[in-house]
Formats: sequence, structure tokens, C-alpha cells
Amino acid sequence: MSDDRDHRKNLFNVGALFMGFFTTFQYFFQKKPTIEYPTIKKQHAPRFHGLHELRRYADGKERCIGCELCSIACPANAITVIGAENTPTDRHSPGERYAGRYEIDELRCIFCGLCEEACPTDAIVLTPRFEMADYRRGAFVYAKDRLLVPPEAGVGSAPDERPNGIPSDLGSVAEEKSTVDIATGYNATHRGTILKDQRKGLAG
Amino acid sequence: MSSAIAAVPLWLIVLVKSAIVLLVVITTFAYSMLFERKIMAWMQLRPGPNRTGPWGMMQPAADAAKMMFKEDLTPDTADPLIYRLAPFISLICAMGTFAIIPFTGSSDGPWSVGNVDAGILFLFAIGSIGVYGISLAGWASGSKFPLLGSVRATAQMISYELSMTMSVIGVLILAGSTSLSTIVSAQHRMWFIVPQIVGFVIYIITAVAETNRAPFDLVEAETELVGGFHTEYSGLRFGLFFIAEYLNMITVSCIATLLFLGGWNPLFGPSGNPFIGLAWFIVKAAFFLFFYIWLRTTLPRLRYDRLMDFGWKVLLPVATFNLILTAVAVAFGGGPQ
Repeated sequence: MSDDRDHRKNLFNVGALFMGFFTTFQYFFQKKPTIEYPTIKKQHAPRFHGLHELRRYADGKERCIGCELCSIACPANAITVIGAENTPTDRHSPGERYAGRYEIDELRCIFCGLCEEACPTDAIVLTPRFEMADYRRGAFVYAKDRLLVPPEAGVGSAPDERPNGIPSDLGSVAEEKSTVDIATGYNATHRGTILKDQRKGLAG
Repeated sequence: MSSAIAAVPLWLIVLVKSAIVLLVVITTFAYSMLFERKIMAWMQLRPGPNRTGPWGMMQPAADAAKMMFKEDLTPDTADPLIYRLAPFISLICAMGTFAIIPFTGSSDGPWSVGNVDAGILFLFAIGSIGVYGISLAGWASGSKFPLLGSVRATAQMISYELSMTMSVIGVLILAGSTSLSTIVSAQHRMWFIVPQIVGFVIYIITAVAETNRAPFDLVEAETELVGGFHTEYSGLRFGLFFIAEYLNMITVSCIATLLFLGGWNPLFGPSGNPFIGLAWFIVKAAFFLFFYIWLRTTLPRLRYDRLMDFGWKVLLPVATFNLILTAVAVAFGGGPQ
């Protein structure tokens, strides 16, 4: 019975009713906080961690020397580096070695930036690009063709040199076609073959 | 000109009028849906639908196309005939009310498809039959949530219909007529909202309950009953219930305008021109639609026992008292205006 009386009291609390109507009516005219994403992009933090990029020197040579320190530093085991020797006729980087294969599995990556810190030549950096969506799993394994700054796009910039906000070249590198055959999927990548071998080993 | 019109058979005139009214009403439904989504969004600090055309103007068309291409499912446990019939009962009743609602009036008479003398009774009768659509839909679905929804619908409709009718009788006594156009012209000097403010408030509350809108949408009650009576419905059949719900909303808004806000009588400015009257009617009805949406964003759903409690122990006594008071006032105050 007391419950009954209590709710009657609330039922006739007309002041609260009008207060509620007033509140929603106020909200009706308020500025909406929604950022309409595909057309308007949010300003990100100055050192936002997004998609990776392999930088070059001013003369066009790759900075990466294939030392695999990034791969070792990576807590998510997302990076695969297979070094190769530079030869006088086929020189990719100023040092002795360069990255023959460089693959980052962006689905494994936790964007912590430890690879960036581990790199002795500042070759791998995290750009603010974040639009990587794709329907195929294999498309998320970024190989050198998509990670390396294309020669015509300059040398890439260190995080300290980047201005705030959305860079104008957002996604321009990611749009390039991958040499990894994404149609055949994850198994076509280097990481995929490693995992397949491991699975075989476990099964055997 | 007038002789040319007189030569046209009546059935043809009615047919053309019905077609025009239905076209307008269905378009109104489509955009009241968008209107609702937009207003709700703005009150909840969201931008609302805005991907389909400017301000999302093509959203109703997109929704309709989506509905049409959805699979029309009938559960194994359902009673197939009644299950398929129920949405049509709802829709036909919702559309039927527009046959006699006068939208504006000129010196020749009201602009409506049919001018029925017992207009308000016809409206309530049709509205009551519409409940069958919901009850039968829930019963024929053959699963428990729709059944609970339809049981609630039946109880709620019966409870609130009483108070609703009581609240409206006051107006009928003041106007001395059940014809909608006569009621409107009786409000030429003073809208009935002034002498019948209690009746107006009760009508507004009960109308929300009658149309199963929040905060009285226990019939659908997503959080408890999945979708209530239309849980099992999909595709176009669900769409029909959806149309019926919004048409009912428009109907009760129109009735509230006709009975309490003076119909097409202007608040200020010139009167007599049917088009200005139509504009006034639309503005007033749109205000009620806005109010319903406003209500939906503001108030949470009532608990079922409190809904019943409120209907029987608060609204009905107040409505009855208001009716008696009106009757006494009219009897001793010199009859209807």
C-alpha cells in the first residue's frame, strides 16, 4: 500500500514533469556534438599512432637496414622482417643490409609504437592514417609496397615533425595496390606460411 | 462550372476525394516518421537521419524500399489466415477514420470525403475496431510475447477508451452536436480548450495510450516483450502495422485539433478562406504530432499495473466529474452555445 501512495505522489509531481519537458526542449536547440565522420574528420592528437610507414633518406634510399629490432620489440608479434644483403649494383639502403621482406600484420598490431622506438635508423614510424578497413583478412598484412613511402611522395616525416590534425595525404599510401595476393588471402603472406608450418608441426 | 461538377456521379467524386486524401495522408505518414526521427535525434543531441538526400528527405522512400524487399515470414505455430489478416484490419481502420475528418471548411460545407452527422461516434467506433488488428495479430502469432502484447493492448485500449470518450462528451455537450464540422463552427468564438481544459488534458493522455505511443507503449515494450504484438511480423506486414500506428497518431492529432483547438478556425488573422483554414488545421495538428514525439523522448514507459491504476483510479473519475460539471453548467447556463 505504501508503494501505491509513493507512486501517486510521484505521479502528481507535475513540476518534475514540466522540468523534464523543458530539459528535452532545451536539448532540441543545442549544438549536436556528432562529428559526421566520412565528410568531417576529427582532429587527432599530435602523435596519434596509426598505420606504419617506412621512411627514406633524402637521396631516395630506404632507411631500413633489416636489423629486425622492430620485430623483436613488437609485443604483438606483428612484424616480420627478412633481411637481404645490399650489393654494389643493387643498393637499397646505405648500410650492408636492407629489408628484403617487411610485413606488418595490422590486425595483430596494437599500435603501441615500440617498433618506432626500437628502430636505430628511424625507418619505421607510425603515421596518423587510420582508415584501413577492408573485407579481406589478407589485405591487412601490409608489405613493403604499401609501407614504404613512394619515391614521389617524399621521404616521410618523423612524428616530431608532423603538424597536428589530419595530414592531406591521409591514406594515399594505403590506396596503393599490394603485391601480396590478397585474393588468396592470409595464407599467401609470409606470416601465413609460417603459421601454416607451425600448425603442421603441432599436428605432426 | 458548378453544373459540370453536379453532372459527375457521386461515387466518382468520392473516389477521387478518397484517393487525394489517402495520398496526402500516406505522404504525411512517411514524413511524420522522418519528423519523429529527426526531432527525437535533436532532443537526444544527435543529428538524426541525414545520409539520404538533404536532411534525410529520402529516408522514408529508402525505408519503404527496404521493407518491401524483406522476407515475409509466417511462424509455423501461427494461425495463417488471421495472422495475415490482422495487419490489414489495423491499417484499414486507421485509414477509414480519414474518410470523415474535415480538414477545412468553406461556406459550402466542410472539406472531407464524407460528412457524417455522427462523425465523432464513427471515429471512435472505427478506432475501437482497430484494436482487433493488434489483438488478433498477437493471438494469431502463436508465440508468447506477441500474446502478452495483445493482452495488454486489449486491456489498455478498453481502460483508456472509457476515459477518452468521457473527456470528449463534454465537448459534444457544449457544441450540442456529434458532427465534426458543427463542433468546429461552434468554436468560432472560443476554442473548447478553454472551457474543457480538463477534458483536453485527459484526451491528450488517453490518446497517447490509445495509439500505443510512449510512455504508454506497453503493447510493444521492446525491453520486456521484444516487439509486443508485432514480434513475429516482418517485411511489408510489419510495415502495415507501422503505417497504422502513425496514421492513428495523425488521426488523434486531427481529432484533438477539431474538438479542442477550433479546427480550421484561425487564432488570429482572416477567416473564411478554406486554404488559410487548411493551413491553420495543419499547423495545429502538427503541433500535436510534435508533442507526441516530445513526450516520447521525455518520459519513460509506465509499469503495467500503474498504467491500469492511472487509467481507472485517476483519469476515469476526473473525466466523469468533468462531464457532470459540464452537463450541469450547460443545463443551468442556457443550453449549448
